[in-house]
Amino acid sequence: MRSVHALAAAALLLLPAHDVASAGEPKQGGILRVYHRDSPGSASIHEGATFSINIPFMSVFNNLVVFKQDVAQNSADSIVPDLAESWAWSNDGKKLTFKLKQGVKWHDGKPFTAADVKCTFDMLMGKSQQKFRQNPRKSWYNQVEDVTTNGDFEASFSLKRPQPALLSLLASGYTPVYPCHVSPADMRTKPVGTGPFKFVEFKANESIKLTKNHDYFKKGLPHLDGIEFTIIPNRSTAILGFVSGKFDMTFPTEVSIPLLKEVKSQAPNAACVVEPVNVSTNIIINSSAPPFDNLDIRRALALALDRKAFVSILFEGQADIGGVMLPAPGGLWAMPKEMLESIPGYGPDVNANREEARKLMQKAGYGPDKRLAVKIATRNIPIYRDPAVILIDQIKNIYIDGELDVVDTAQWFPKVARKDYSLGLNLTGNAVDDPDQSFYENYSCGSERNYTNYCNREIEKLFDQQSMEKDVAKRKKLVWEIDKKLQEDVARPTILHSRAGSCWHPYVKGITIMVNSSYNGYRYEDVWMDK
Amino acid sequence: MFAYIVRRLALMLVTLVGISIIIFVLLRVVPGNIVDILFDAAGFVDPTDKANLEKELGLDLPIYQQYLNWIGGLLHGDLGYSYVSEKPALQEILPRIPITARLAALALLFSASIGIPLGVLSAVHQGSRLDYTLRVVSLSGLSLPSFWLGLLILMASVSLFGHMPIYNPNPATWTEAFAIYAVPAMAVGFRSAALTMRITRSSMLEILRQDYIRTARAKGASEASVNYRHALKNAILPVITVIGIEAAFLIGGLIVTETVFNIPGVARFLVEALRWRDYPIVQNLVMLIAVVVVVANFTVDMLYAAIDPRIRYGD
Repeated sequence: MRSVHALAAAALLLLPAHDVASAGEPKQGGILRVYHRDSPGSASIHEGATFSINIPFMSVFNNLVVFKQDVAQNSADSIVPDLAESWAWSNDGKKLTFKLKQGVKWHDGKPFTAADVKCTFDMLMGKSQQKFRQNPRKSWYNQVEDVTTNGDFEASFSLKRPQPALLSLLASGYTPVYPCHVSPADMRTKPVGTGPFKFVEFKANESIKLTKNHDYFKKGLPHLDGIEFTIIPNRSTAILGFVSGKFDMTFPTEVSIPLLKEVKSQAPNAACVVEPVNVSTNIIINSSAPPFDNLDIRRALALALDRKAFVSILFEGQADIGGVMLPAPGGLWAMPKEMLESIPGYGPDVNANREEARKLMQKAGYGPDKRLAVKIATRNIPIYRDPAVILIDQIKNIYIDGELDVVDTAQWFPKVARKDYSLGLNLTGNAVDDPDQSFYENYSCGSERNYTNYCNREIEKLFDQQSMEKDVAKRKKLVWEIDKKLQEDVARPTILHSRAGSCWHPYVKGITIMVNSSYNGYRYEDVWMDK
Repeated sequence: MFAYIVRRLALMLVTLVGISIIIFVLLRVVPGNIVDILFDAAGFVDPTDKANLEKELGLDLPIYQQYLNWIGGLLHGDLGYSYVSEKPALQEILPRIPITARLAALALLFSASIGIPLGVLSAVHQGSRLDYTLRVVSLSGLSLPSFWLGLLILMASVSLFGHMPIYNPNPATWTEAFAIYAVPAMAVGFRSAALTMRITRSSMLEILRQDYIRTARAKGASEASVNYRHALKNAILPVITVIGIEAAFLIGGLIVTETVFNIPGVARFLVEALRWRDYPIVQNLVMLIAVVVVVANFTVDMLYAAIDPRIRYGD
């Protein structure tokens, strides 16, 4: 029976991430009906840090450049012009110049110019009078010194040092260009973009409606007349809605593996894919206070992990084991398998690892008669709580008695920022599969999202070195070295990289689910319906 | 009677002021506010940005000042702005009221129209097979959580009819419009109907043993006349009390039912607003619910007097 399940899972994985039957001439018209998992706090992509905002609103906007929407794996090679016509790097790699498309109009009829590009990035860098209420990706532009314009259709980014990955950051769904003439407050409630769909209305807890932009600068696009998102927080109701045909598509990458089976049994014709979402489940350790200021105890903890057990219990085998960077084949920067398995705790012999862990614990003064009691803090959400429970079970083997400390969502980050925890179970999402985003955001000294305050000046130098490296092969080797070192330092031990399912009815064509990010593939301009 | 009504109205006012203080203080005692949540969603905590946002939303003011600002606005018809949607709170709340009101009214109607006749039947046929069957049904009604019943109904609809009666603001046919409200109303009203049935039954049984019922029978009144004209009329008072209380409790059941059937009413909105610590929405909605409950209680008390001539308040 187990082999039948494995076969079924493998068959599911073999489905290409893009639409399984997208052949044929696209038909025009129709409203794509999708359910939305929750009511986003606002419509402003720049002020959010969840794909609950990207999915409905990415299609209202354009970027300077964007990851090609029908290529499942985001990479430097899949970046295509969007509002930019072309781009060029200066010889020293410190200036990136974009030639912009002419004749593009905002949805309110005003012309798009280079001034809008400058406005957007000045706001993101905190340089303009107008401020975002929150600016979670300010650190992405740390290396940008200035954004300048040359006439209405040329904009340049001057960098403090070369950073080839900037282009990938600009291609993310998180990096749309905003209009100068609309205030950040209005962008939160009535966003104005240049994209294939215009904003119609956003009723909190009810629906989000978009309509076709007939003046879209990409001729012949979009194919759909509009998109309607119905907000259904109750998962069972949402799935039943999809099965009954009320919705053409599930909320992307939101169908869990067990639920996917339900969907396939009740709607056998539905096209479903399971893809990595580039969200890692990891452990945050407060190494500034006892007992985890002791490196031996931290190492013992890393050695105690049975990652395969997490994967099989939580994801029925459909998740990936890796370091900081998303594992292959979805991820571009993951360490080779042999290198990964050479890291303490990643080896296949869990019992041997735990034996070593117990020795380290005994060295630190703990043992069967003197067990270490710790609280394991985590958010009170199943995707956090469930792995925390498994973690508690696993560390029992190395004389650590964990007690679950569930924290209300509103209190989670303030608690973490106060360092009011010993051990925590955390999830980290990466919008762009690029080390610059991952390393600087989560492991750099002083970064706001470096919750553990891990700070290693030697590694910091390597961060900069890889960031400036133009040669991809050389950069990869540096990234592997850094990733390995981060795991060995037990900076934030990665347990697994999750996967999730997306389904749509067979008449929906042109859907591509990205395999190394769940933030970048929602422009929907190529989507059409064969009915 | 007039003095009693004035006293009751004064008491209602004091109750509402008390509720306003309690909800205001409780909301601020709960850890975290909208700023914490917004920054939590962004995954980082920047003290300067947080302080700026708290100032922008007036959360840096002393709590009594915040309360006075709210009450002052309320008295002038200004409910403030939703922290999340940044729209006027009134604009957010008003369109949702008719949706929940319709659902609640239908649920109460369902509860009364099913519960009272079945309760009478059960009492009149005490000890019969029908009585036992109805009692089992009523027990199941009290035991089944409405979210579970709602989900069962949805699953049955999908597998039997391939259709799902979840909310649609623009129903195509009247049957769809009816289903949108009637099905969830049944799900949430089932428990109320069961309770109403049991109360009606026990109240009827007590009345049916009274001397005047025997007298009515001795005078040759028909069974229907005895049961409905003489017994039910006198047994109905506790039933009305229960329906009144149920009207107040209904809001709890509606939260779940509105979530399961995806109905954008005030009950689900309240939970979402609580999740975001959207104080202006929560405070005003709770006040609205308090007003409804207080007025419902007042109405029930007034109904007593209208139904039972023996009751004359304040005389």
